[in-house]
Amino acid sequence: MKTSNIYLLIFVLVLFVFALWAIVPLDSDRFGRQGLTLGLDLKGGAYLVYEADLTKKDPAQTIDEAMTGVVNKIERRANAFGVKEPIIQRQGENRILVQLPGEKNVDEAKKLIGQTALLVFMETTTDAQGQPIRDAQGNIQWIPAKAAGTDGAERELTGKYLKPNSKVILKQGTNEPEVAFEWNDEGSVLFEQITKRNLQKPLGIFLDNQVISAPTVQAVIKTSGVITGMDMKEAQNLSIQLNSGSLDMPLKIIQEQTVDATLGTDSLRKSVVAGAIGIILVIMFMILYYRMSGVVATLALIIYGVLITAIFKLVPVTLTLAGIAAGVVSVGMAVDANILIFERMKEELRAGRTLGAAVEAGFNRAWLAIRDSNVTTFIACIVLYWFGDTFGAFMVKGFALTLFIGVALSMFTAITVSRVFLIVTVRIVKNSWFYGVKA
Amino acid sequence: MIDIVNKRNWFFLISICLLVPGIISMLVFGFRLGIDFSSGTIMTLRFSTAVDQAALRQEMGNLGYGEASIQKTSEGDFLVRIREINTEQKEALIAGMKKDLNTEVTIRDFYTVSPLVAGEVARNAAIAVGVASLFMILYIAFAFRHMPSPFKWGASAVVALLHDVLIVMGIFSILGWAIGYQVDSMFITAMLTIVGYSINNTCVVYDRIRENVRKGISKDFAVTVNASILETIVRCINTSLTVILTCLAIYLFGGVTIQQFIMALLIGVVIGIYDSIFVAGPLLVLWERGLKTSPKAG
Repeated sequence: MKTSNIYLLIFVLVLFVFALWAIVPLDSDRFGRQGLTLGLDLKGGAYLVYEADLTKKDPAQTIDEAMTGVVNKIERRANAFGVKEPIIQRQGENRILVQLPGEKNVDEAKKLIGQTALLVFMETTTDAQGQPIRDAQGNIQWIPAKAAGTDGAERELTGKYLKPNSKVILKQGTNEPEVAFEWNDEGSVLFEQITKRNLQKPLGIFLDNQVISAPTVQAVIKTSGVITGMDMKEAQNLSIQLNSGSLDMPLKIIQEQTVDATLGTDSLRKSVVAGAIGIILVIMFMILYYRMSGVVATLALIIYGVLITAIFKLVPVTLTLAGIAAGVVSVGMAVDANILIFERMKEELRAGRTLGAAVEAGFNRAWLAIRDSNVTTFIACIVLYWFGDTFGAFMVKGFALTLFIGVALSMFTAITVSRVFLIVTVRIVKNSWFYGVKA
Repeated sequence: MIDIVNKRNWFFLISICLLVPGIISMLVFGFRLGIDFSSGTIMTLRFSTAVDQAALRQEMGNLGYGEASIQKTSEGDFLVRIREINTEQKEALIAGMKKDLNTEVTIRDFYTVSPLVAGEVARNAAIAVGVASLFMILYIAFAFRHMPSPFKWGASAVVALLHDVLIVMGIFSILGWAIGYQVDSMFITAMLTIVGYSINNTCVVYDRIRENVRKGISKDFAVTVNASILETIVRCINTSLTVILTCLAIYLFGGVTIQQFIMALLIGVVIGIYDSIFVAGPLLVLWERGLKTSPKAG
């Protein structure tokens, strides 16, 4: 046996053992990766694409600043809501991709995340009798409460001047939920003046142009206050939104995919079963048709399986339904290289070569066809990955990425793993019947 | 020896028979577009009590979704397709169904796409197909540069690929109006995968023809091509068979979500076998010889 082949054999075995160590047991903590990363179609969750209305942004901000601000705020909100490992990314100029893997309460989360949550304080104007001016329908007319800030300039009092430490408390006695907040220095200055001039008058607290409550000011307050008039859920959401800050631009959902966790689990179980059946069929076919070579192909396939699982776990590659399908289909494609090689080997054997020479010739001559045929699959995968990425089709992306990895790895296992194994095998099993040719 | 090349006109006729109904269907009916191309909402609903499809249709109409297309899945869920709706409309819809049908409703899967996004997806799909085709043709030109006449061979390979793609598209157009199969971004994915994969077998056959031309096994090109096809026929079938086995397993046991996608792959791979044995090689001979067949090939 050639020295280079011995080295190759050792390399393959070391790689195999390393990969096996990395994935057994699957949820073991190797290099900080626990288990496989599942996409939301396998564990449930939401995939949302928001579009920001750039015309509403603060003209003083650049588009990038405004978008970064919104992304950060959404991230804070998602974390505060309790979503595990949310993924929030800017996409293109004015889009934000929000992934909430494993989230069960998607509709609630959407309300919290996508709401502008601009908190504004409003005051009333009074007529000569000190009564609030009402419109034709008898509703109080509110105007934004303004006051002179620390530098003397007039400012509207909004949620912008709150410290990010509001919390939900229960009102003593009634157990009504309230959001307790604190003003920063600027807010304190404004709030003091506004409460002073509105003593015994209503002060309207508005969230996104909807009044939440309009308490009557009982005393001059400087640094803190409470907001009432909500149920527990609303109070919690408001507190999270106040702490993250209001979004600088309104958002609109332009694409949404939500998968129920039970469907995800179902899909995962089914695709694993289907994959196992598919792979067993391929192995049976290979062994029945190619005999000893088929056994070698099966060994190569096992190593392929272990290596690809290790790659999925360590990179990590997010597995989706389409990704698993691609992984299984790539097994079907992975053995193609072996089939080409074995068929070539049979021809060489029939032409009267020795087993060893037939193996070498089989690999050398089949290599060009294998390379040529896989490049086109790579091209398809790369283009598809781009295509899936432009509009967030994680199924398309998952399929393309997994197929690419699968086909690349299969080329490796076909030309190294099956080759060295076959070289070893032909030294042990010498009857050419085992390789599909009459002895 | 089986003479595939000399019977090539028969195989071309079979191909035409496979192509024509699909092309007519594409021209007359077009495709049933998925929501990522045409915008809208598609959701899988599960009811806690048995709900009749007709009752659900009626209820959707009452709630203002008369356009709803409803399909019952093999798992007893309902696949409902309607226009694009927002969160409030979704909640109102579910609340309405709960009340009127007197049952619990679970949305197992909810997918909505706005017209804005759908337009971009359609445009990007066209770009993806264009770019992929361009690079594949460039690669085929590169891979075939040592062939006896690279342009003829490359062009034949591309025609053979188009043959596969058109047949699958035609079948999906027919399945679209027959059983509601959709053309969506996953279909584009399947098509590009088929193209990437189907060229493999064509490469194998052409590679062998080149080898045999060099060896000079016969002065007659048609005989050389025929011998090459017969020499590679087993591996063409076997390589595709392993892919078919895996696809079949996923189609049968992998759940409904990706069944249409896998079906597109399956049809593509099967047509790919036919193409690499009966079309790709004979096309080369057609190019050299025209339709005239030799009285006896040996």
